[in-house]
Amino acid sequence: MLEVDGLTTRYGSINALRNASLDVRAGEIVGLIGPNGAGKTTLINSIAGLLTPAAGRVAFGGTDVTGWAPDRMLRAGVALVPEHRRLFTDLTVVENLRIGGVTRPAGERERLLNEMVELFPVLKEKWTTSAGYLSGGEAQQLAIARALMTDPELLMMDEPSLGLAPILVDVVFDLIARLSADGKTLLVVEQNATRMLQVADRAYVLRSGEVVATGTGNELLGREDLFDTFVGGGPGPGGVGGVGDIDGIGGVGGVGSAH
Amino acid sequence: MARFVQSLLDGLGQGSIYALLALGVAVIFGVMHLLNFAHGELITVSGYVAYWGFLQGFSWTILVPLIVATAVITSVLIEQVAFRWVRGASDFTLLLTSFGVHFVVEALFLMYVSASVKSFDRPGWITDTIAIGPVTIETVDLLVIAATAITLGLTVLILQRTMFGLALRAAAEDFDAARLMGVRSDRVIRGAFALAGLLAGVAAVFWLMRAGQTTPGAGLTPMLKGVLAALIGGLGSLRGAVIGGFALGIAEVLLRQWLPGAVEGLTDGFVFVLIALLFIFRPQGLITVSHAERV
Repeated sequence: MLEVDGLTTRYGSINALRNASLDVRAGEIVGLIGPNGAGKTTLINSIAGLLTPAAGRVAFGGTDVTGWAPDRMLRAGVALVPEHRRLFTDLTVVENLRIGGVTRPAGERERLLNEMVELFPVLKEKWTTSAGYLSGGEAQQLAIARALMTDPELLMMDEPSLGLAPILVDVVFDLIARLSADGKTLLVVEQNATRMLQVADRAYVLRSGEVVATGTGNELLGREDLFDTFVGGGPGPGGVGGVGDIDGIGGVGGVGSAH
Repeated sequence: MARFVQSLLDGLGQGSIYALLALGVAVIFGVMHLLNFAHGELITVSGYVAYWGFLQGFSWTILVPLIVATAVITSVLIEQVAFRWVRGASDFTLLLTSFGVHFVVEALFLMYVSASVKSFDRPGWITDTIAIGPVTIETVDLLVIAATAITLGLTVLILQRTMFGLALRAAAEDFDAARLMGVRSDRVIRGAFALAGLLAGVAAVFWLMRAGQTTPGAGLTPMLKGVLAALIGGLGSLRGAVIGGFALGIAEVLLRQWLPGAVEGLTDGFVFVLIALLFIFRPQGLITVSHAERV
């Protein structure tokens, strides 16, 4: 469905992403994990069209979409829940959702709105509240709902669990599993590596702008050489999730390490 | 008291035109961070079209829609010809480009039309007044205020109730995020210029009715008033632009009335002093835009 081949993206003279390749097949959940500054966001933004790659190729559904603008990528079927969510805080919750459905015909937009109400009941309570007044969890649900309003074939999410209380992190990962069960294809950037690997079909590990490992979730969980990569991503705003990371990896690593 | 009410009404009439111009400036600034110093050229071009129409023997009933349509089309054309090429450039580049458009339009009329004043008949009723008790109001002031109220109401409806308005507001807050939702930058920017053109067109109608003439440099004053009013209101705030327009109009009329005859000619200068004072105490303008500081 999505094929990324040798993608390089620069900020000025810095190569934030070097020669990255990945593919996502229809119906999969694919994780992008790695420490801060590894290039995960650069990669996903380069796919979405927010950044223009300096070299390499992105194909979606067999079409070369390299360098396409974000609105064109969206029309092609690729949506992104961007880093920091970037909700329209001057707009109300329902207006944020409507703008998500801007490319859909009016009737379908209303149908999608009803779907979002079912999927995220909390949003209905805040329907006409300005999006700037939502709590972190509500804002994250709105960000995901807004992207779902575009009815994408491929949904990309950048750090959906960042800054959320543990119980809301659970909600987000449950949602990822649920969306996948509903047939959505997902590409998810996550610092919470263990949790991501538990739900992902496959994942790519990035470090210093390069893809350094790939495999199924379980394969990667068993790779002790990636231990510091995971731990490096553990702490931070997802604090409790971070503890989970260390436990999970530590356990697996302990089994594997004979030294 | 009657005199004050009268001045207030005069100020509202004058402020209405500024408000329409300022709102157009604010809409364009919101969506592409362009402080449009070419905004007054919409009035220049409309003025020459009105003059042409006058030579054809058109009545004001025909001139009014002609002027509005000219402003809309000119606004969209200027975006296509000039601003689309510098989209996303630094604010400074955008600013200079708009200055360039201002001078180019002026030069085109100087070179290919005439440097002299082109006059046309003002509507016969332009000097009519209505007396309500001790207050005398110019009919045109009432018309301006009514037309502005209708235009502003329509603009609010467009912004609040249509998908285009929603896209415009979303793009004004975070253009890239709006594009991630599928908002087409071409359409939303063109739409913003059309809306700004419509607002300027309504302003142009009354500006030209009052002036009864146009020159190649006719756009300078309305541009300055519109940009100033938008700055007074707090750039980026649509509500602020409207308030700024009315505030500027009322301040001008009141100052002109209160200043002694010897310095009346300095009204504009005093207005600038007031504006300078405002920016010393409220550099962000009257209305603070919550997301202006966000990167």
